[in-house]
This record gives sequence, C-alpha cells and structure tokens, in this order.
Amino acid sequence: MKYHTPRTLSEALKILSGGEAGIIAGCTDSFVTGSPAAGRRDLLDLTGIGALNGIARTEAGWRIGATTRWSQITAATLPPAFDALKEAGREVGSVQIQNAGTIAGNICNASPAADGVPPLLCLNAEVELTSVRGTRQLALDAFITGPRQTALAPDELVSAILIPHPPERARAGFEKLGSRRYLVISIAMVSAMVTADDAGQITDARIAIGACSPVAMRLHELEKALTGQDIAHPAIPTGSFDALSPIDDVRANAAYRRDAAAELCRRIIPRLQPAGKRAA
Amino acid sequence: MSGQEITLTLNGERRATPAHPGERLSAMLRERLDARDVKIGCDAGDCGACTVLVDGDPVCACLTPAHRADGRKIETVAGLLERDPLAQALEARFLKGGAAQCGICTPGMMVSATALLRQNADPTEDEIKDALGGVLCRCTGYRKILDAVHPGRDKGGDRQPDNIDPGGPGHVGEAIPRLDGRGKTRGSERFGDDVAPPGTLEIRIIRCPHDHAGFSIGDTGKFVEKTSGIVAVLTAADVPGDQDFGVIPGFRDQPVFARDTARFRGEAVAAVVGEAVCMAEFDPASFPVAWTPRPAVTDTDAATAPGAPVLHARHAGNLMCKGFVKTGDAEHALAVADIVAEGHFTSGFVEHAYIEPEAGYALPEGDGVTVHACTQAPVMDRESLAAILNLPESAVRIVPAGVGGGFGAKLDLSVQPYLALAALKTGKPVRMAYSRSESMQSTTKRHPSDIRLRIGARRDGTLSGMAFHGVFNSGAYASWGPTVANRVPVHASGPYRIGDYLAEARGIYTHGPPAGAFRGFGVPQAAIAQEALLDELAARLEIDPLEFRLKNVLENGVTTVCGQVFDQGVGIGACLRALRPAWQRERVAAANFNATASGHFRRGVGVASGWYGCGNTSLPNPSTIRCGITSKGEIVLHQGAADIGQGANTVIAQIFATALGVPVDRLRILGGDTAITPDAGKTSASRQTFVTGTAARLAGEALRAKLLARVNAARDARIDLTPEGIQIVDGSGRHSVALDPAAADDDGYVLTACETYDPPTEPLDENGQGAPYAQFGYAAHIAVIEVDTGLGTVRPLRMIAAHDVGRAINPLLIEGQVEGGIAQGLGMALMEEYLPGRTENLHDYLIPTIGDVPPIETLIIEEADAHGPYGAKGLGEHALIPTAPAILNAIRAATGLSLRRVPVTPSRLRAALKER
Repeated sequence: MKYHTPRTLSEALKILSGGEAGIIAGCTDSFVTGSPAAGRRDLLDLTGIGALNGIARTEAGWRIGATTRWSQITAATLPPAFDALKEAGREVGSVQIQNAGTIAGNICNASPAADGVPPLLCLNAEVELTSVRGTRQLALDAFITGPRQTALAPDELVSAILIPHPPERARAGFEKLGSRRYLVISIAMVSAMVTADDAGQITDARIAIGACSPVAMRLHELEKALTGQDIAHPAIPTGSFDALSPIDDVRANAAYRRDAAAELCRRIIPRLQPAGKRAA
Repeated sequence: MSGQEITLTLNGERRATPAHPGERLSAMLRERLDARDVKIGCDAGDCGACTVLVDGDPVCACLTPAHRADGRKIETVAGLLERDPLAQALEARFLKGGAAQCGICTPGMMVSATALLRQNADPTEDEIKDALGGVLCRCTGYRKILDAVHPGRDKGGDRQPDNIDPGGPGHVGEAIPRLDGRGKTRGSERFGDDVAPPGTLEIRIIRCPHDHAGFSIGDTGKFVEKTSGIVAVLTAADVPGDQDFGVIPGFRDQPVFARDTARFRGEAVAAVVGEAVCMAEFDPASFPVAWTPRPAVTDTDAATAPGAPVLHARHAGNLMCKGFVKTGDAEHALAVADIVAEGHFTSGFVEHAYIEPEAGYALPEGDGVTVHACTQAPVMDRESLAAILNLPESAVRIVPAGVGGGFGAKLDLSVQPYLALAALKTGKPVRMAYSRSESMQSTTKRHPSDIRLRIGARRDGTLSGMAFHGVFNSGAYASWGPTVANRVPVHASGPYRIGDYLAEARGIYTHGPPAGAFRGFGVPQAAIAQEALLDELAARLEIDPLEFRLKNVLENGVTTVCGQVFDQGVGIGACLRALRPAWQRERVAAANFNATASGHFRRGVGVASGWYGCGNTSLPNPSTIRCGITSKGEIVLHQGAADIGQGANTVIAQIFATALGVPVDRLRILGGDTAITPDAGKTSASRQTFVTGTAARLAGEALRAKLLARVNAARDARIDLTPEGIQIVDGSGRHSVALDPAAADDDGYVLTACETYDPPTEPLDENGQGAPYAQFGYAAHIAVIEVDTGLGTVRPLRMIAAHDVGRAINPLLIEGQVEGGIAQGLGMALMEEYLPGRTENLHDYLIPTIGDVPPIETLIIEEADAHGPYGAKGLGEHALIPTAPAILNAIRAATGLSLRRVPVTPSRLRAALKER
C-alpha cells in the first residue's frame, strides 16, 4: 500500500490512471467508516496540489478548486448569490469538519443530505472532471446520479466546480433542519436564490431541496410559479413538493420531511427581500 | 505495513516518524509521538475530543491522515499550555469555573477554544458556540465551558469572586476547584486507553451481527496459524471459572463469550489477540464463524406474546423479575376520586454516550493479573473477575484508570474479562479499546419503558389513588434490571403524599442490548408519566400546577408509599417554594409572548419534581475509608470512591479534611487501586457523597482523635502543618507531635484510621413496605421552552433547578452535576433514542451539543439530613429526573398537547400538532 502526495495535477492523473489508487481529500467521509487502509488500496491525496485549491473569478463565472475547504468558502468574498453556499458551509458538521472537508468531496460523497448540493444546484454549478484523457464538464444534477453514486469515471477526478455568473441582484439563503444545533445530518434543507425587481416582484427563482429525495433536487415547477409573485408574500401552489420522494429513517418520517421542506420554503423566500425592504 | 518517514513540528519540536497509509493522525500522535493528551472518542469526527491544531486550524486528528502532518505544525493541548498564554489563562478559567468534569472532552474543548481566542479576543456567546459546536461533552451541560471560554468571565458563572477562594482550607461548603483538575485540562490524566505502553498485544472482539443467532466457530488453531501477527483466540472454552457474570446475585446470566447462541446484536462470541500493527488492519470478517439467524423478539410486547422464543429457560414468558409496592387501596381511591387522569407512556433505549469508550490494559502479575480499566466499581470488578478466572480475589488487582464518563454503564464489566483472560493466556501485557460502535452495541442502556398510569384527585386538589404498571425492557441479560424493577415502584409516586397506591414493575428479557444502570435506574421514565398526569389533573382542577404539587408534597412526618416516615430532611416543599418567583415571572413572560407574537412560535413553562433514594434499596451498602500519617507528617487519604467526573476525589477529600481539621490541599490522595485502598463501594445510586462521605468524616474524626491524644490536646485544638512537622495548638499552647519512623507500619503510617459506614435501611415486605433508604434527595425543575409549531421543533430557553442537597459540600461541583444532568434529561426528552443496528454511532445517535443547552439557574436548598456527612445528601441522579417531565409539561403549556412518548422529535411533535 502506498500513500501518494502529488504536487501537480498531471502527476495525480498519471497515478489515477494506473487504477491502483483511491482518491482522498478532506477525509471527513472516507475516514469515518473504519480506516481507508482496510480497503487495501493505495491512497491518492489531492490536497497537496496547489492548482486544485482556491476560488477565482473568471470571465465565465467562478471557479472553485476541488480541494477548496468549506472554511475557505465561508471566509471568501463572494457575490450575495453565494450566501446560501456560505450558510451551508457553516452548517457542514463543525469547525473541525469545515477546516478539512472539501467542496468536491461533498459532491463526490453524494449523500442525499450533502449540505453543499442544494446551494450549488441553485447556482447552476457545473462539475469539471479531469483525467489523462482530457477534461469534460457535467451539470451537477447530471454528475450525481443517485445516493452515493456519481458519473465519475475510474480514471477521473473532480478538478473544479464551475459557477456561471449569477444574476446581479440575486440573493440567496439556506435553511437546514436537524434535531440539534451542531454536528447534525439534515432532516430536510432548502436552498433558495431569488431575484426581485424594485417593486419586489420575483424575476428569477431557484429552489433546491436536500435530504428529501435520493439526490437533492431543484423544484422547477415551483420556481416557475414563483416568478412574477411578490417576494414578501409568495403563494406556493399545492403540489409544489410532489416531486420529492422522502424516506422514513431514524431522523424523521417521510411525511414530516415533505411537510418541513414546504415550511422551510415558505419561510426562506420572504427572508431574501432586498435589505431595506425586509422590515415589513 | 510500510511506513514513509515524515517530519512535523509537534508542539514546537521537530519530530520524525514513519506514517502508514490510511493511519489516523490521532493514532500516530498517541502511539508514536507520546501525545496521549489527544483523546479518542469516536474515530468519526462526531465528538471532537481529538481536536488538534494543524497550522493553527482546529481539525479532528481522527479524520486527518497521518501523512498530512508532513511539514506541518501540529499543536495539542499539552503544547498549547506550555507555550501559549491564551491557553494558560483559559486553563485557569476552566479550573476555577468548573468547566471540566470527567476531562475526556476537555483537551478538545481547550484546543478549539484557544484557536478561537487567537482569532477573536472578545467572542460573543454565539461565536463561542460556533467554535465549540464540534466538541461533545456528556458531563457538564456546556454552560460552565461557555463561561470559561469568555475571557471576561473568569469567576465561573454568576458566582461572586469571594465564593472561590483557593487560598482557604477547602472545607465543607467551599466551592473549590476540583483537586484533580489539571490532569483533565492538560490531558495528562490516564484514561482507559492511556495506560498501556505502545506496542503491546491488542484484542479485538468478534461480535454477533444479528439480534438472535446460533453460531459455530471454525478451526481457530488454523486461523491463528495462517493469520500473521495473531497470537491467540479466546472463546467460552478459555474461561476457567464462571462462564456468566452479572451484578445481582441470582441474576448473573451474561456470558463472557456466548455459547452456541447469541442473544443480541453485538454480543461477544470470541476474542482475537494479536500484535498491534496487525490488529490495526485486522478484518473481523476473516474470523471463522458461521451464523444461523433465529427469530428475535426485540420489544416487550413481542417477548411476552404467547409462543415467543424464551431467552433464558429459567424465565418463562421472558419475565425476569417483578417489583411491587402497595399501600391502602388504590382502586377504591381512584373510584371515589372526583377526577382521574390516565395515560400510556413509552420510551426507548437511551445510550450513556460518555465520550470515552471502554478501554483498558492488563498484565500478568505475581500469581494473577492486574487490570487497569475505566470503571465505576473496582471492587465489584475484582470479585467478578476472580470468579470468571477461577482465581482467589487476592490474585486479581484492579487499578482504576481515569473514567471519561460513566453514568451507570461502567458499573458492569466490559473490557475487563477479555483483558484478564488474554493477559493470562498469552503471559503478556495486552490492551483493548472499544470502538464507538462496539461500545454502543455491547454495553448497557437505559431501559425502554411501557407505562400505564392512573392518578386520581379530589376537587379540593388532594391526590386520591395512584395505580402504576410499568414494563421495562431489560434486553438480553439482567444487568441492573432487578434494581430497576425494585426501585421504580418505590419512586413512581414522586415525592408526594399518596395514601392509596399500587405500583408494579416487570423486567422483561428481549433480544436487545442489556439494559442496566443509567442515572436514575428507571425513575426518570416513571417520572415522565407521573409528572405529566399531575399537570393534567391540575389543568382540569384549574389549580396552578406548582401550587397543586405543593398541596400534595411530602413533608417531614408524612408517610411515603413504602410506609417510611422521615421526621427530618424532607426538602421537596422547600424546592418548589424556591421556584415560585421564577415560576410566576416565567409564566407571565410566556403568556405575554404568546399574546403578542405572530407566526409559528409558542412559549411554555413547565414544572416537575423528583426524588431519589440514595444508595442501595434495602440492602447493605457500606463504604470504607482508610487514612494515615507518615513519619514525615504527610497525611494520606485512600479515596476509593470512583471519580467518574462527578468530583468524588474533591468532595470526599473536602469532607475528610474538614473532619480532620487540615487544609484539603495538604492531603495526598490515593485512588481505588484494590491493592492499597479499601472498598468504598460502587459509584452509583447517588451514594458516594452520602455513604463514602460519611465514612470519610468518621475516618477524619478518628484520625484527629488519635493525633490529639498524642499530645493530650483539647477537642477544639487546631492542627498546624508546619515545615517542622505537625503541631497542635490549644489553650495550653503549641505541641509538636512526634512521629517516630520506627513506629511506622508496613505502609509507612505512624497513625492510621479506617472507618466504615453503612446507611441504616430495613427490608421491604411483600407489599414493598419498609425503610428502603436512609435518605432521599429532592429536586424540582422549571423548563421554559419555545415550540416552532410550523416545524415541530422545541427550543429550550431556560431551566431553573432547585435541588435539596442537604448540605452543599462544594457548590461549584453541585452546579456541575445539575447542569450535566439537565443536559442528559434534555437529550432524553427531545432527541435520544438508541436503535440497534441503526444508531450505533454519534452522528445517528444524537446527544445535545453546546448549541442545545439553555442557560441554567441552580437554586441550592440545604435541608440538612441527619445521616449525611454535615447534612449532605446525594445528587447525581436527582439532576436528571425532573428535566424531561418539566420539558414535556412546558410543551403541553405551549401547545396543549400531552405527549406520551419520548423523545419528542420534530417529526413526532409536528404529527401531533397536525392531528390536534
């Protein structure tokens, strides 16, 4: 067994193409269920590769390096549309976890309750996948294919999350519901990004729900229904949450999850009114 | 396994060491770099005990690959305390403010807090919570930690500065910092897994993955031969003495290793002993065992249904035992009552969730074996091991390690028999530490309960009849189940005057984890039902719930349901009366809030009482304290009461020092090593301050008398410990005490004393009538909560706790017990339920974090007890008993809903709100 600590992406890709090594980064998931050594695979640690870490503004939008840690994201200066991502980052486990866990690890682990996924869905995030064969991009909802399943090929790694420039006036928020304050896996969560005009009319709405379906999902029907509504008093049509398919587990039952997701949605949208208007 | 050499800076020092692929930084630090101040609680990032700084950032060392330390700066609590003035000041505040109890989480707390204070010299409470939210504590309830972290509040909560006077003698009544505190803040106290030297043999247990299964073990000789690094396998065939162990005579039914049949998921069937490097990679699935799953009964309804599989042939219908108390005619009183409230209440398994998993170290010594392990009961461990090993007790030595929380579960054997058997079989030192999931699967739980209760009342507000029927799920083995069955009927009345009473409790075997002792022995479950129905009666009678309770409370001279009459020391009325101002204030505030708040939020205020008999129920329960003075004038206290975080090392010493008349900091305190210290009984049933405390008072008085007799000094003489030796000052002058080395005994003592105390109790007759306890302690709590009716969540806003402790030996430690008990009661009320196979870790099984425990105000009531030392009563269990019922009553006040099942999860509360 070997522990690889490449300094460059090309070095890492070469090791990965050998088929012997499993990728690790923050290790906040991979070290949880026993030691990764039990799998007897070589370990490929990506965190020493400078090019995979950090947040940069590009012409097309924003590029968040794969091994960027949650604490880097919550500390970064980003447009208000990223507030939901930052709020989600502050809800990932604990400070200890945020100092280690990476954004790409969060999506590659593909937990239905991954805190990072709903805000990234609202940001229309794309996943940049790199291998010795080249680079490709997939929309986040195409990348995560099921619980604990992704479209990552065996020789590929996630090199970055790419986010197109969000609408200038967009505001975003994130609500996580759990049975305790910290270190909690969501019962349900909602991420919203809403753009409203000066009159408070919604011009663009993006809503994503986590922990209520095998993969977190956008509610496109609801988003359409919200467009044109008053942000302070949005009416949510019945049936808006029919697309969800929550499960019963130790944290909550399915009926409650659906209920709570709807309630969180009703609350989060008025919260995203432009600052001066919220007092009403 | 090949290691790659890395270099790191550990606490300012450059170190080189091999790192192994997949190895955790925590393991490397502890086993190769001598940093045992890094504590392990879960290996999953769920508890934060192992928090270290990597280049200044707090991370869980258990989730950090060892390789990643290469070229980095690693800081642990020991290093921070050597070099960082912020950490040093923090330590002083932790000690002074009582922020450390058992100490297993303290390094993680200290490291996380230091990282915060380096960034932010004046953090808000929310910022402190955010910084410490990743470190779980099961003892303190977090409030004293919050206070200690803030640099502006270095006096420990609301305490006035003059109440903490480390310069004083530290006698009874003084809120001195715990005497063993520094070992906790520095991580130098040796807990169960900190004793073994690196590199000894290690043990792993092979456990049943099914609730109920037959099994056959294959060729273990061949397995040992073909698996490199494995040196031995242990099975039932290797147990030379008693195959089964247990804590109650007549109920010793739990096998060290299951034979043919495993009765719960996680039961041990074999143990594998091997070299450390191999055990790190050992895969239990490689062990030759074949399972045959069998039908399982996992709840008491299934286990008592006709035709259910029987767990133990001697117990038809899976009935383990019954407890019964009857006085007057409950049915008649209920029939003539003006109103009757009734309910069916249920609760599930609750996990102790101490942050230290069971761990220990053993080595062959002399003709026998010495076991170092975390324990609440060293002498019971010795008796049990001697029987299992077929050795005389003199050949078994127990040296208690530091205990990182116990709460009842570390009364039972866990790692000890495997350690002892392996040490004797291999002839070598061995160690083992349970993984978090092993600890949760295999050690005891709080009993799930199924309670049917009726309470009657007359229009004038007096109680009229109570009938209680409780079924308690004891899991696969008895453990402390008989104690629960006996205790519950004695306590189910609550501290109230009820002349017509019938209570029956049945313990039932099921294919679940053994349920045992957990803070309250079934009384908290019963209190939930009883206090809920009192509130419902008060509501129907339109009487203020607190005044309704006061109208019916026990007072001095009033007969209990067991026919016991205390003519002194009954303090429940005083507790409730002390709560009146807060009760009235909080009820008005909540009503105002509800009248004006729009939206989803409703507030409620609830009250509940509790009582708890200190010590064993109608059984002998002695504690012995030994002490001596050496020829050099050193005063030595053999303090055998296991300190599991509650503070016995401090409290017993304070009592002894008071009785002897010397400053507490001049004592040398020896622990419960069975080779040198007599039996102070087990740390359970809120008995140590009371029973061992009385033995300590007697021993201190006896030693004082011998000392004074040396110089014929007057009884009120002062003892001066001077550099020249012990001097006695009385009206006749100053006398030096000659301590002739030639007169010293084998232990070096020139003067000694040894005193035993056994509280006076009387047996219970067939109707449970008698004198079960020499004293009860009393408590009442107020909970103020806010319900989010849209989401079904409950946010506790404040708790006010009145506790009659008889005499506050150490008010700081009392607050610590109360706050910690409340945090556990809050968890039981709102979030905790252990489900075998589903919540076997600390991210699926939730205990409160620092963000979940509200401010707690403790009102100390001192209704002195004639039996307790200086009037003191026990406190440990009392702190938890009223909490959950007070919270449920507050939810009822906020929503009108009477909830019959705990925990009240958001899902359950929301469903009830929708049905309303």
